[in-house]
Amino acid sequence: MKRALAALLLLGAAPIATVDDGLISGDTLPPKLSDYRFFNGEAANARVTAYHLTTPLFSDYTDKDRFFYMPPGRRIRFDASGAAQFPVGAALIKTFRYGPRKLETRVLLHRAAGWIALPYVWDGNDAVLKRGGTRLAAAVKGQPISYAVPNVNQCKECHQNGVAPTPIGPKARNLDDAQLAAWRKAGLADAAPAVPKMPRWDDAAQPIALRARAYLEVNCAHCHKPDGSASNSGLFLGWDQPAGPSLGIGKGPVAAGRGSGGRMVGIAPGHPEASILTYRMASTEAGVAMPELGRATVHAEGVALIENWVRSMH
Amino acid sequence: MKALLPLVLIAAPAAAKTIDVAPGPNAQERLQTALIDAQPGDVIQLAAGRFVLSDGLSLDVAKVTVRGAGADKTVLDFKGQQGAGEGLLVTSSDVVLRDFAVEDAKGDAIKSKGVERTVYKNLRVEWTGGPKETNGAYGLYPVASKWVLIDGCIVKGASDAGIYVGQSQDIVVRNNVAQGNVAGIEIENSYRADVFHNVASHNTGGILVFDLPNLPQMGGHSIRVFENQVTQNDTPNFAPKGNIVASVPNGTGIMVMANRDVHVFKNALSDNATTNIMIVAYKRPFEDKTYDPLPHNVVVRQNAHGRAGWAPGFVGGKELAAAMGGALAPVFWDGAGGRERTNIVIDEMVPVVSLNLPEALTPVEQAKPGVVDLKSGKPVTEPAAVVLPASMEAAAR
Repeated sequence: MKRALAALLLLGAAPIATVDDGLISGDTLPPKLSDYRFFNGEAANARVTAYHLTTPLFSDYTDKDRFFYMPPGRRIRFDASGAAQFPVGAALIKTFRYGPRKLETRVLLHRAAGWIALPYVWDGNDAVLKRGGTRLAAAVKGQPISYAVPNVNQCKECHQNGVAPTPIGPKARNLDDAQLAAWRKAGLADAAPAVPKMPRWDDAAQPIALRARAYLEVNCAHCHKPDGSASNSGLFLGWDQPAGPSLGIGKGPVAAGRGSGGRMVGIAPGHPEASILTYRMASTEAGVAMPELGRATVHAEGVALIENWVRSMH
Repeated sequence: MKALLPLVLIAAPAAAKTIDVAPGPNAQERLQTALIDAQPGDVIQLAAGRFVLSDGLSLDVAKVTVRGAGADKTVLDFKGQQGAGEGLLVTSSDVVLRDFAVEDAKGDAIKSKGVERTVYKNLRVEWTGGPKETNGAYGLYPVASKWVLIDGCIVKGASDAGIYVGQSQDIVVRNNVAQGNVAGIEIENSYRADVFHNVASHNTGGILVFDLPNLPQMGGHSIRVFENQVTQNDTPNFAPKGNIVASVPNGTGIMVMANRDVHVFKNALSDNATTNIMIVAYKRPFEDKTYDPLPHNVVVRQNAHGRAGWAPGFVGGKELAAAMGGALAPVFWDGAGGRERTNIVIDEMVPVVSLNLPEALTPVEQAKPGVVDLKSGKPVTEPAAVVLPASMEAAAR
């Protein structure tokens, strides 16, 4: 007891406690987001770095704040494809909010046994662990929606390569050079390989085909890739996928059911109205809507982008 | 010190336990949390009653049994499902699902993907409004899996296939009832399957063995379909257009499309208006150099045939039936690829018709139907019986 009291007094005296490395790499499931000490109030703690992606995943028009935590003495390495390899002990933290209203914070922890994904739901000044997920009432463009916080299994459905969960977003092709240079300078990362960059999906100055492919990569390819949750569909929508049936061009549905909307192929060049891809993007109905998770709203601007791209194809 | 105890308990290797979950308020979160908290070896026991669910459920823990109080007593009700592509998704191996029902899932009812040793026993899957295009696609849906057992289940109303096994290996589908689906039972792009002692009736098509292009696993083979009752398949096709089963003619008994080494024998077939047994090539244009659209080494023998073929449900079928004296034969082959290449062997007591279409893509309108004798052919060895790991047979007792 004496020792515990002394520890408490020491904590009280310390100006700012650093991020709790033991919780990241341990084997417990911290019940509150504040347990990790990623933040001091609204500010990121030491070694917690904010970052942004060139083209982000659409999530019901939420605002997102992304951070990574890097333990002392460690840094990000990049593989040849430009995917960021975070060391054991690192964490990714992503808060979803509508303006000042925080909905949830998703945490990816890199433990010795692999990554685990945990969803925390905001309640007052802290967020609490909800491994079973939940639904939150929200409004988008004045319309009420039922916003879904994923459960831990659903986290894994998107965050998997083969069977192992993994981060999705941080890839050199989707991170601007300014950030990569800053991380390198700060000792947070090695140099990233020079890979072709994806454009911002909404940058009208960029070619529509590249913008569309960036959008599909970020919004679809985490499942629609050869080692993803949707591998059995044979529909692969990654940035590097060559044009052809596997990209959906002239490809009939396999297990789409009523998700086909009566359309014959994934992409009918020149004809978005005959393409299953845009039909499923424009739906919010379970069993039809794609992506299956994390979307209760139609991303009208995203649908328009893909429709225009399909229309431009010959 | 007291505060440390719970941590110690979590860290200790847990003995297998039973987690009881009952219907009632907040069923979604309670049941999903049980599916997440289960440890390998655990049984999740679902009490009798109706679980009203708002989202898809998922299980990602190996060696878990989910057991209800009976397919008519424990119901997972997805009428109000707001998200996810299936009612229950399983992504872990050695899972046993038994003795409960899934009703009105918005997408597929129960899907297992990329796993080993899956047992579905005495389940009921049903879309309660009857056949409708808005029903979910697949009832029982193991895919990209190895060792699958589907035994004693009932599936009704799927807008694609009631029981669908895709891109899998070593499969046993037995003692099931499939009614009022577009396809009763479908084995697609799979290796080594035994389909026997099932009843497939009042579907559009009873039992389908398909192989499709542009998929990670192709070249389906070594499939035995035997001792099934395939009768009165008479539900107009209600599959959404675009899906391959939307092209299955109403009143099809057993249909083999592409694949090799498929043996169809000792089934009882009757009252199928298009035909009892149909063997055809894949008939859509495709871009895939590794895909073979033709069936090869298909053996059809010793089936019992009742009435069939009086109203063939495909374009040009009516004219064909008229040309054949009022009814198409109970067994027909499209003839695509020719006998030499395909080695189709049919030894039945009833007439067999070939449409004599030279190629897979030749339109049916150009058929030159004629009765053929396909009894002799190159000998084809029957595939060995599929033997499942003993743990699976034990779980299905």
